[in-house]
Amino acid sequence: MTYIPISPTERDAMLKTVGVKSLDDLFDAIPKKHRFPELNLPPALTEMEAAAHLGEMASSNENVREHLVSFLGAGAYHHYVPSVVDHMLRRGEFYTAYTPYQPEISQGTLQAIFEYQSLMATLTGMELSNASHYDGATATAEAVNLAYAQFRGKRKKIVMSPTVHPQYREVIRTYSQGMGLEEAGDEPTSSELSPEALTPLIDESTMLVVVQYPDFFGRIHDYTKLIEDAHARGALVCIVANPTALLMLKTPGEMGADIVVGEAQPFGIPLWYGGPYLGFFTTKKSYVHKMAGRLIGETVDSRGQRAYVLTLTAREQHIKRERATSNICTNQGLLALAAAVYMSTLGKQGLQEVANLCYQKAHYAASELSKLDGFGLCYPDPFFHEFVLCTPKPASEVNQYLLDNGIIGGYDLGKDYPALQNHLLVAVTEMNSKNEIDTLVEILQEMSHE
Amino acid sequence: MNNAASATLSAKIVEPTIFELSSPGRRGVKMPASDVPTTALPPNHLLRSDLPLPELAEVDVVRHYMKLSKFNYSVDDGFYPLGSCTMKYNPKINEDTCRLPGFLFTHPLQPIETVQGNLALMFEMQEWLKEISGFEGVTLQPAAGAHGEFTGVLMMAAYHKSRGDLKRTKMLIPDAAHGTNPASVGMLGFTVITIPSDSRGNVDLEKLKAACDDTVVGMMLTNPNTLGMFDENIEKVVNMVKDCGGLMYGDGANLNALLGIVRPGDLGFDVMHFNLHKTFSVPHGGGGPGSGPVGVSQRLVDFLPSPLVGIVEEGDDETAPLYDFVTPKNSIGRMKAFHGHFGGGLVRAYTYIAMHGPDGLKDISQYAVLNANYLQARLRDTYKIPYDRICMHEFVMEGQFEGSDIRALDIAKRLMDYNFHPPTNYFPLIVHEALMIEPTETENKDTLDRFADALIKIAEEAKSQPELLHDAPHITPFGRMDEVKAARELVLCCWLPENYDASQ
Repeated sequence: MTYIPISPTERDAMLKTVGVKSLDDLFDAIPKKHRFPELNLPPALTEMEAAAHLGEMASSNENVREHLVSFLGAGAYHHYVPSVVDHMLRRGEFYTAYTPYQPEISQGTLQAIFEYQSLMATLTGMELSNASHYDGATATAEAVNLAYAQFRGKRKKIVMSPTVHPQYREVIRTYSQGMGLEEAGDEPTSSELSPEALTPLIDESTMLVVVQYPDFFGRIHDYTKLIEDAHARGALVCIVANPTALLMLKTPGEMGADIVVGEAQPFGIPLWYGGPYLGFFTTKKSYVHKMAGRLIGETVDSRGQRAYVLTLTAREQHIKRERATSNICTNQGLLALAAAVYMSTLGKQGLQEVANLCYQKAHYAASELSKLDGFGLCYPDPFFHEFVLCTPKPASEVNQYLLDNGIIGGYDLGKDYPALQNHLLVAVTEMNSKNEIDTLVEILQEMSHE
Repeated sequence: MNNAASATLSAKIVEPTIFELSSPGRRGVKMPASDVPTTALPPNHLLRSDLPLPELAEVDVVRHYMKLSKFNYSVDDGFYPLGSCTMKYNPKINEDTCRLPGFLFTHPLQPIETVQGNLALMFEMQEWLKEISGFEGVTLQPAAGAHGEFTGVLMMAAYHKSRGDLKRTKMLIPDAAHGTNPASVGMLGFTVITIPSDSRGNVDLEKLKAACDDTVVGMMLTNPNTLGMFDENIEKVVNMVKDCGGLMYGDGANLNALLGIVRPGDLGFDVMHFNLHKTFSVPHGGGGPGSGPVGVSQRLVDFLPSPLVGIVEEGDDETAPLYDFVTPKNSIGRMKAFHGHFGGGLVRAYTYIAMHGPDGLKDISQYAVLNANYLQARLRDTYKIPYDRICMHEFVMEGQFEGSDIRALDIAKRLMDYNFHPPTNYFPLIVHEALMIEPTETENKDTLDRFADALIKIAEEAKSQPELLHDAPHITPFGRMDEVKAARELVLCCWLPENYDASQ
């Protein structure tokens, strides 16, 4: 009876109105031999006990705020979240509402997501944004769905850079297994090549080219030429972008991208052991009818007031059923709100400060680390807040040494790229102090002298 | 002149957008100065020329979003009987447990020995969901119900493919199904065969029999179905599908009726998605994030998405077991990055299940079903209930009256004037002017009575003052929307006011 507000007397009165004698009598339609199974679950905890139990589980982790210094990114980033963000997320009016099907009593959610759409379109330099997807990986897979629908299944090839996040590439492969797609470009051996190396792979059967910006190794490429080449063959281009980097770097829109997607977790969403996060999806107006996901549009109400509604719903599963581009139903509404509040609270200048701190600290770290004997930057390309450090020993051993000293060093690229065993992907954000960076350098120096 | 500006000029602005509130040079939260030597920025051709984002003070932001929040109706405000969505009360303790620093500040790629608490929680959650549903394996990875459905259909396809049974391309789906079912099937290029319901709201057995052959992938069945009816022939339905070599998919959207009542695995289902945001009190968040774990029978365990959480070293009295990620033998692959909606989904649902235990879970379903039947009994004389028998956690009635032009939409909108969120309307498609009502177990008798009274009063108003319904709602901050204008003009973004010309 934990959250059930009905007294035994009320229950009996209600049963009488229904016309049955007991609660169990409501379940006669259920096959008798399977009715009322004994569930082998632990006995119920009170709130006080549950709080203590969950507290113990949480504190048996070593977290990156209290216990460990972390230089781990690889698709999830530790950033400062202004206090305001969680205060707004904790408004019951926001978090206990559902999808705004009834716009007269849902303008809060609707306007907030309209603003989120506007902020993301501005950030990426694109014409429009949808109301979000589950995460960066599934948003990228939805870009494949869009391209497939755009060419009505007549073009079946995707050209994908091997420096798109390995898990995103896996998700695309899972999603597309019913489409009979041909894939090209995704060879780990070509991970060191320039983006233009993809050009010869693009042909008249190519529906989509997928690249990442900065790429999984942190490198900044200008994709303008690649996009021109792809467009010349009629293919669309999707750029998977890091939103923090976009605060400083040339926009994918300016490069001519057709679709810009990515993971907006860095914008006000905690690491939370991997989710829930926030996939953003922005594109050009010409593709809006093939785009999956919820979409908020501006209108007026019967009283002449400006207002917002879910629009172009005819694209979606509940109308189109098996002919829909995607089966997607929900968005990440509350986390889109988090991103909107994050961007508003820091504002133009605060966001520029975040981007600059990430850039400066990452470059300081890179410069100090590459002075160490046996260490060096693996690639000469410009980078933003993540870079690949070549290590004298396998990155897995370097990481273990660092962990013994309370530091998570970075992501071992050898896990996904067998040829890159001595490659450590290091991320630095505004959360890393100079002191932490200097300690990292010192400990690696110790290690190389052992 | 662009569309956005014209709409803005002609309409009254109740609350400006965050862009309109911006004033150049205003500051919100500042970041610390850099503590490292300065490095030159990348060359100019790699930099963006402008960052036209809003500039506000913190107080501006707070007042703006506070004002917006007050335009919303939510479960914390009142009764929200949105059928099929299970809008139950979301316990406040969940909001605290999911924000414990050990959960908030762990990175998904941290070494596993530093996150054993997270992995233990995930492992237990897998075990608990298996026990609740009667399945042999559970993946926690899917992000939402529709995502879980897609996962399930991929596993069904992989199962048949692994047996070299390639002619199976037909998915059987009842006419009462959620739209996500056929859409998930469409994503794999399968054909949907629609199976009608009979006069008692059950699957039409004759029609099902006719459709069952060796080209059937399986059947996707919501049970209780979207009419709120538990299929009285469920065992026959399952056997028919299995006899022709198909797999049974259960849509877990309506699991709130079945906790401790019956386990879908025991009924012979092969796969089912859970909606942690419906059944297990994860808040709906204005449309997400949800969480959609999937349970499977023995036949499908090897096809589960990777990775799952497993025990790699058994523990004993003194040491805890060592948990790690494991990959099933014939896994369909990865459904999303990282490990599912851990913090905002799994931790809240874990807290909720831990606080209920086996008896508490049964209470949930018994009272959810009692509340629905009580409302149905109170409304039976006023509204037509086309499938009228003991319902499960929800029921569907017609929102229309003979000789009246009042429609379900009018009734829904008028309910807002009585301070209720309307039921789901126009779904399921097989009921004319459907109003689908799911009260959940967390409403008291007084609320249910007030709601029934309001609906009875509205039925009178429909006769005596129909314009009251046609023009409703009246007391909400906004009136009915011009949805045609929204779709025709497609204003999907706003910009800083000074950028309107530049953006065109």
